Amino acid sequence: MTIVTGRPSRRRRSSSAAAAAAAASDPTAPIRTRALTKRYGERIAVDALDLEVRAGEIFGLLGQNGAGKTTTILMLLGLTEPSGGSARVVGLDPTRHPLEVKRRVGYLPDSVGFYGNMTGRENLRYTARLNGLEDAEAEEAIALAVEHVGLTDRADTRTDTYSRGMLQRLGIADALLKDPDVLILDEPTASIDPIGVEDVLRLLRQLVHERGITILLSSHLLNQVQSVCDRVGIFAFGQLIGVGTVPELAERFGFSLNHIEAVIDAGAEGDPEIARLLTAVDGVAEATRDVPRADADAVEAAAAGPPAESETGPSGPAERTWIITTEPGREVHAMLGSLVGALAAHRLIRIGRHEPTLDEIYRRAVEQHGQRRPADATEGAA
Amino acid sequence: MTADAAANAPVTTDHTGERAFPRTSGWAIVARKELADHLHSARIVVLFIILGAATLIPLYFASDTIKSVAGQLTDTRGAFLALFLASSQDYPIPNVITFVAIVAPLLGIGFAFDSINGERSDGTLPRLLSQPIYRDDVVNGKFVAGLAVITVVLVAVVGIIAGFGIVRLGIVPGADEVIRLLLWLAVTILWVGLWLAFGLLLSVRIRRAANAALVGFGVWALVAIFGQLIVGVVASVIAPWATAATLEQAVALKALSDGILRVLPLTIYQEASTVLMRPDLTTVSTPATIAQLGQLNAQVQGQFLSFDQSLLLIWPHVVALFALMAVCFAAAYIWFMRQEVRA
Repeated sequence: MTIVTGRPSRRRRSSSAAAAAAAASDPTAPIRTRALTKRYGERIAVDALDLEVRAGEIFGLLGQNGAGKTTTILMLLGLTEPSGGSARVVGLDPTRHPLEVKRRVGYLPDSVGFYGNMTGRENLRYTARLNGLEDAEAEEAIALAVEHVGLTDRADTRTDTYSRGMLQRLGIADALLKDPDVLILDEPTASIDPIGVEDVLRLLRQLVHERGITILLSSHLLNQVQSVCDRVGIFAFGQLIGVGTVPELAERFGFSLNHIEAVIDAGAEGDPEIARLLTAVDGVAEATRDVPRADADAVEAAAAGPPAESETGPSGPAERTWIITTEPGREVHAMLGSLVGALAAHRLIRIGRHEPTLDEIYRRAVEQHGQRRPADATEGAA
Repeated sequence: MTADAAANAPVTTDHTGERAFPRTSGWAIVARKELADHLHSARIVVLFIILGAATLIPLYFASDTIKSVAGQLTDTRGAFLALFLASSQDYPIPNVITFVAIVAPLLGIGFAFDSINGERSDGTLPRLLSQPIYRDDVVNGKFVAGLAVITVVLVAVVGIIAGFGIVRLGIVPGADEVIRLLLWLAVTILWVGLWLAFGLLLSVRIRRAANAALVGFGVWALVAIFGQLIVGVVASVIAPWATAATLEQAVALKALSDGILRVLPLTIYQEASTVLMRPDLTTVSTPATIAQLGQLNAQVQGQFLSFDQSLLLIWPHVVALFALMAVCFAAAYIWFMRQEVRA
């Protein structure tokens, strides 16, 4: 990772004018779809999708493989014609103005590929040329993009020697070359190692913060993107079955947010004592131990495998996790103090609001949706 | 990935119309890249060697014949072109233009069979198509690059033969011969272009490059090797001119038989190249009527056509080859435009 000290001012010359124009003429979202539909014969890949991605946010389109994410993205880029409905990307219809849309939208395809007989830099040079960059301008943009993704050292080796993760990062550099307003990333973190994922997500955050890029990313690795997305859309069977921030979605799909999770370092012999202490606190409705999730299906899931989330941390044999249910209407944050006080005699390791993970929310959302349309469920996911 | 890198970027969200259109059109950029790929690839070396061998071997064996004939010739018109036509008296080896007719299609298939499906399997196609170019720029650019590299190879091969003739045999071409040679080169590029378009079609339709290559070479073998055998048998059954009762019947049936043989594009190309390279030929095939036969007999021996008359004679052949190429390319084009980006 190197420090970049300057950036060529490709867009600087009229940036203020452009920004003013943007503010005046188009307050609408960079990506908008209305009843966007794609049918492949009998199968409906995308079913009347209404999607809105606001300027300067990272929007996560989450769904299983085959849920219709990639099809949606291809329609947004004008690479596939919709069967119905309409889309607006940077204010344009991608079907009618594909060139202008593709000029302003950077795209990282699912399992992106490069010409293996060319170096990373040569590959990017080709992209730059296709985007109409002058040679000197292109070299600067390439050098910068490569530094952004931390590939400067390897830029001059052939891409067939790259690892999957390096290709993925080169793909992001490739999408950044055109200095896009909107970045659409299809599975950007798939097949990258955990540290690489962190790097990529941090880069995306920076791009939004520093350059005002709007990002739409799709993923089936929910927990990886949970941290980086401002809003997420849960996508299943070609439909968007929920949109919002993670807490909003949690509430919408019936996860109550009045749970507190406390991890206490005490042996099994301490359990009755702790239960008594916790329930004695004002506003506590119930305190149960070692049931990581407050709902039945999650209990099942927890029994099936190791605790799904790393957030519970490495639990030693003496560490006990308690789920404290507060009475309705109680402010969870306000109660934390009194709970800590009640547990003063014990070794409290961690306490905080218990939020469901995106995985859980997703599973429940899909289940609820599947119950409503059981016939389509398996077909759509296939 | 550094914070500074992003931090120094000016913040804008909109710059409509700020960026100029690409200075070069999309297909030219694609063609340039593809051409560079072709010229650096191992296959150009292999194909160059194959084509070089296909021309130099018959030339080598025929050179003695050419030398002896050239010495006796009083009228040297056409002597230079004999380099491409002569075959050896001692070895049963076809002449240069026959070899080129059969081997050159390999060039076309070789440079096209993996052009689209290769991009697909490498995962580069979605990335390429998401750049601000039209979709047909990809297929057009690849076709143009293929034609360019074919031209380069063929010009080089013809140059070698001509050089061999001039330096080793001492035969210097006249203007008419040079023009004929260039025309023949143009028709040959068209011939290979047909196979290039066919290879492109295969690369669009067949998802695996290896299968596309197999099908391509299979069709090539069918046309180049077995095609004339099979069609010849069919023609002799439908139009048995050799056993016709009268001369008139024989002439009519022979004309029909020739027509049937022209089902094969190879026949069309070979007729065209023979007429272009032999100024003494005044007809493409056997005369269709007795009257024409009479005219042919009355023709003075040693009479030569000028190149434009020869070209006129085979113009339908040129049009047919061009049409075949256009049909193949159009099919590839349309299929590619309709195909989903994703596999």
